[in-house]
Amino acid sequence: MDKDLVIIGGGPAGLAAAIAAKEAGVSDILILERDSRLGGILNQCIHNGFGLHTFKEELTGPEYAGRFIKKAMELEIPYKLETMVVDISSDGDLKLVSYMNRKEGLVVVRAKAVILCMGCRERSRGALNIPGYRPAGIYTAGTAQRYVNMEGRMPGKEVVILGSGDIGLIMARRMTFEGAKVKLVAELMPYSGGLKRNIAQCLNDFDIPMLLSHTVVDIKGKERVEAVVIAEVDSDSKPIPGTEEEIKCDTLLLSCGLIPENELSNALGVSMNRVTGGPSVNESLETSIKGVFACGNVLHVHDLVEYVSEEAAQAGRKAAGYLAGYGKDSRADNPDEVVTLKATDGVRYTVPSSIRLSRMDDRQVVRFRVGAVYKKVAIQVLAGDKEIMNIKKQALAPGEMEQVILQKSVIKDIPDLKEITIRVNTDN
Amino acid sequence: MIDVVIIGAGVTGCAIARELSRYRLDVLVLERASDICEGTSKANSGIVHAGYDAKPGTLKAKLNVKGNLLMEELSKKLDFPFKRNGSMVLSFEDEGKEKLQLLYEQGIQNGVKDLKILPGDEARKIEPSISEEVVWALFAPTGGIVCPFNLTIALAENAFENGVEFKLGTNVKRIGKISGGYRIETDKGDFETRAVVNAAGVYAAVFHNMVSGDKLNIIPRKGEYCLFDKTVGNLTSHTLFQLPTKYGKGVLVTPTVHGNLLVGPTAVDIDDFEGVNTTAEGMADLLKRGALSVGTLPTRQIITSFAGLRAHEEGGDFVIGEAKDAPGFFDAAGIESPGLSCAPAIGEYLAEEIIKYIPSEKKTDFKETRKGIPCMALAAPEEKQRLIGENPLYANVVCRCELVTEGEIVDAIKRPLGATTLDGVKRRTRAGMGRCQAGFCSPKTVEILARELWKDIGEISKNDPGSEFLTGYLKE
Repeated sequence: MDKDLVIIGGGPAGLAAAIAAKEAGVSDILILERDSRLGGILNQCIHNGFGLHTFKEELTGPEYAGRFIKKAMELEIPYKLETMVVDISSDGDLKLVSYMNRKEGLVVVRAKAVILCMGCRERSRGALNIPGYRPAGIYTAGTAQRYVNMEGRMPGKEVVILGSGDIGLIMARRMTFEGAKVKLVAELMPYSGGLKRNIAQCLNDFDIPMLLSHTVVDIKGKERVEAVVIAEVDSDSKPIPGTEEEIKCDTLLLSCGLIPENELSNALGVSMNRVTGGPSVNESLETSIKGVFACGNVLHVHDLVEYVSEEAAQAGRKAAGYLAGYGKDSRADNPDEVVTLKATDGVRYTVPSSIRLSRMDDRQVVRFRVGAVYKKVAIQVLAGDKEIMNIKKQALAPGEMEQVILQKSVIKDIPDLKEITIRVNTDN
Repeated sequence: MIDVVIIGAGVTGCAIARELSRYRLDVLVLERASDICEGTSKANSGIVHAGYDAKPGTLKAKLNVKGNLLMEELSKKLDFPFKRNGSMVLSFEDEGKEKLQLLYEQGIQNGVKDLKILPGDEARKIEPSISEEVVWALFAPTGGIVCPFNLTIALAENAFENGVEFKLGTNVKRIGKISGGYRIETDKGDFETRAVVNAAGVYAAVFHNMVSGDKLNIIPRKGEYCLFDKTVGNLTSHTLFQLPTKYGKGVLVTPTVHGNLLVGPTAVDIDDFEGVNTTAEGMADLLKRGALSVGTLPTRQIITSFAGLRAHEEGGDFVIGEAKDAPGFFDAAGIESPGLSCAPAIGEYLAEEIIKYIPSEKKTDFKETRKGIPCMALAAPEEKQRLIGENPLYANVVCRCELVTEGEIVDAIKRPLGATTLDGVKRRTRAGMGRCQAGFCSPKTVEILARELWKDIGEISKNDPGSEFLTGYLKE
């Protein structure tokens, strides 16, 4: 089978990318989705608060996904469900995408362009290396969310949550609504990794305590969790002896970070960014392999799905541009025309990490996260040595994604521009 | 009266059951857990030792080399993963050469083939991952790695296929001498048998001491491990042991037969026969020691950790054979390392002893082979197509990390002695053994288990009763 554009994943990123690509003139698109419906993880996010920026209403996750699914249906974009991509490789300019499903068996698609939209997974107990027994009752927050919201079942009654990521906070509220007692949220860092609004609406409103600089140091119970031991940690995140406290519970939920799922990207051999765990991309969200684009949580973990949709739409448009012939134009890659984005002084990474000036839009969104909590600082952008922006910020936190918008009109006339630096300016 | 009751469906019990199933005997296996391979057999290094460790003349020495030889052929007959990847014992001090020499000589006496002592540089040519600190190495090309779960399950399935009966979830309470044999009292009724095989792992002394005045003392020796992601599974291709150093006993760094990296075990004697918890100290310790062998360990790639208990008998050797003062009561006790390697040989050895006690003819229709569950992740594209053509469920991926399909999971459930729990499916198919550690696939696997077993998802457990995943409905 031959396709112009294959989109791997039919979640929020895949849908928005497909819609944008179709609207930009790509007619031969195929979305490959491993689950039994489109919409991805939004299908289990039945809380509201999605779509405030885009639709000016508070939608639930399935409703937000529904808007995109409806649009994709109207545009008659083909998709396959319960279809797992098992491999991608390059064959000259083409990409060979192998997928499997019950109807067709193993199929190889020859695609001119691919957009990676595989999303992310949650960090597991094993990856956190929490000592103790290995009983039932230890779930990532997303797994628990699936049991509650998709199956209507409770994974536990007395809950301790480790980590204050957004899914954990949402599940603290959700489990409380459904009759569980959420005893506390323990967060290793001295600040929460979740959105401020979630801390207010999911913990404070329900009097659920959050202990910062605390972690779980032991899990008790042989068949089912019976208790966890929490302890305070020092500035190196090491437990402080003598601060241990045993808390009776039957469930430990983990909300300790998300990891982009890049098994396929790695199989293909795209260059990865060590900080984000996703591919390194240029202004077009194109990876180190021509014609392979990435967006959404597979690229870097987002906090709001609306940023995913926005970013994915950009990837879709850029993939359309590539297919329209820009991909054949190698002048854009002339090293003299490529500007590197440097993240430093508290800024952990930037997406994109380079900009080809000839392919840059008039406005280029650059997204990033900071590595610590800051108050009353500024985000400073330097083109070479020259400050081109200094945006004052009341507060910055690792849990909240930030962005700056670079204007092509400002950048294009700077002679010999090689590097743009984005940093936290604490002397502002 | 039953001919032989085997207590314990670990690798030793299952190996003995399979050997006995060659004969016209009525054999019953009693297992406390709800599945086979739930004790020490599921939490160990998965190593098939070459056989230079044990003192010449001991049972360990005799059975290790034989077990190592048998393992390869058995892996083909019973279709479980085994690889002869070779092992090295590393010394970080020049004085270590003498200790390696001792192991070398022991190995020669035990009948280990192709052993070599190599200076560090030559060892590094064979295994580039070993650290610059390595001064000498004993190289044993016959060392291997095996899937301990599939080895045990394959033995059990083949024994079952050949007529051995298994009663799982059956806890032996008491064993008493009766005329012509023993009465075994369990929580699921009593069984009268001519002979008993005691393969009860850390509990073997408890059962032995019920019938024998010649007491055994088994001490659970805890070993903790860290398992790493497959992306670093090729860090070393050989199994790397260490000579004991001034910091204590060494740990091993090895690829697993499935391509992960495994580091461990610690060795701490404990009182708790169920103490399979990991500890912060244990894991820190094993990672520090493991790093000696390869320079640095990619600790960010750890995907899980676990602990197992070795059944260490005070005397230091395996206790295999008829108890002196209890005719018809056969021990397979104190089976610590290299117990996994020895299992096929222990099976043969003890079956012979039992046949001397209960003379019996060989069956003419013994089925020597067993076919495992197909593995879609490893199947070539044509094989994938063929399997999907046979059953479309082989195209529906459930565990994305290990690429395990619904077809494989259904197979695992529907086989003889099939999986009834999530851990049972995991050990048979690897669903949930990957980097997300069942985060994504466990709800789907629970659903498939419920569907195939005609149960509600609320009844599906991780392993034994009490480990159900769900506690009820919303707003209860």
